[in-house]
Amino acid sequence: MKLIVNGEEHELQAATLAELLAFLEYDGDWLATAVNGELVHSADRRIHLLKDSDRIEVLSPMQGG
Amino acid sequence: MPQFYGTEVRSRLLLGTARYPSPAILAEAVRRSGTDIVTVSLRRESAGGKNGGAFFQLIRELGVHVLPNTAGCHSVSEAVLTARMARDVFATNWIKLEVIGHHDTLQPDVFGLVEAAGILTGEGFEVFPYTTDDLVVAERLLEAGCKVLMPWCAPIGSAVGPRNLAALRTMRAAFADVPLIVDAGIGRPSHAATVMELGYDAVLLNTAVAGAADPAAMAEAFASAIEAGHMAHGAGMLEPRDMAVPSTPVIGKAVFS
Repeated sequence: MKLIVNGEEHELQAATLAELLAFLEYDGDWLATAVNGELVHSADRRIHLLKDSDRIEVLSPMQGG
Repeated sequence: MPQFYGTEVRSRLLLGTARYPSPAILAEAVRRSGTDIVTVSLRRESAGGKNGGAFFQLIRELGVHVLPNTAGCHSVSEAVLTARMARDVFATNWIKLEVIGHHDTLQPDVFGLVEAAGILTGEGFEVFPYTTDDLVVAERLLEAGCKVLMPWCAPIGSAVGPRNLAALRTMRAAFADVPLIVDAGIGRPSHAATVMELGYDAVLLNTAVAGAADPAAMAEAFASAIEAGHMAHGAGMLEPRDMAVPSTPVIGKAVFS
């Protein structure tokens, strides 16, 4: 299925958000995730089911003022 | 020392973490500033999650409070979602709330700011709103549940210093019991001392330190200036006057002719 991750289109199969992150080799306890503009808590990634054309944002801490 | 949402901090300087020449220089600037609060942001991570991990580790090792921001958000929905994501990562209810309204000046969209603040305080966030020096907006932010206000003194990164001292003085007088932090526009330690002399509780700055030739030394200079301004306010300063007042006693003056 088609998934948009951080603005880039991917064609792959991932049932859950956790599977997607593992497939794309996102790893670490500092990641924040949202799907279609809604926060998905880190604890809920294993049960959050993805569907075609979902838009996923994966953020992490960066320098800021 | 000031308290923000019930947390007492060790310093009246809040320091941003952006634009330093290197992570090591950032760490040294934080240490020499004595700051107890650093601001951070959230940005898209590349696959592999390598970028944020190193920075997150550095922040953890600094041993200071983290104040995540919503920098770059131009809408209420963006700012609220970013705040929620920041809380998930940093495990803090603190959020520096920015809702930017103007591309060139980065002036806050105060209407969106008040709306976002209301949503976030309703979800248990402890909001540090980056706002203008407008008293009515400040009132609305307090009504929305904010217990700290962060008025700008000039556009972010401009380094021009306080553009409207009268407005900052009025805000201090109007909200005597609210912790007030001047955020944005400070360029020199003397600017920071000036706003602290008005009775502000703290100063948040970034570029003035990060962009200095020696950021760590400048961080320490700012810390000294902020403490001096705070102490001067507490000590009670003279009011300016137009005419001279002799500082040396006139009585006992010799008469030579």
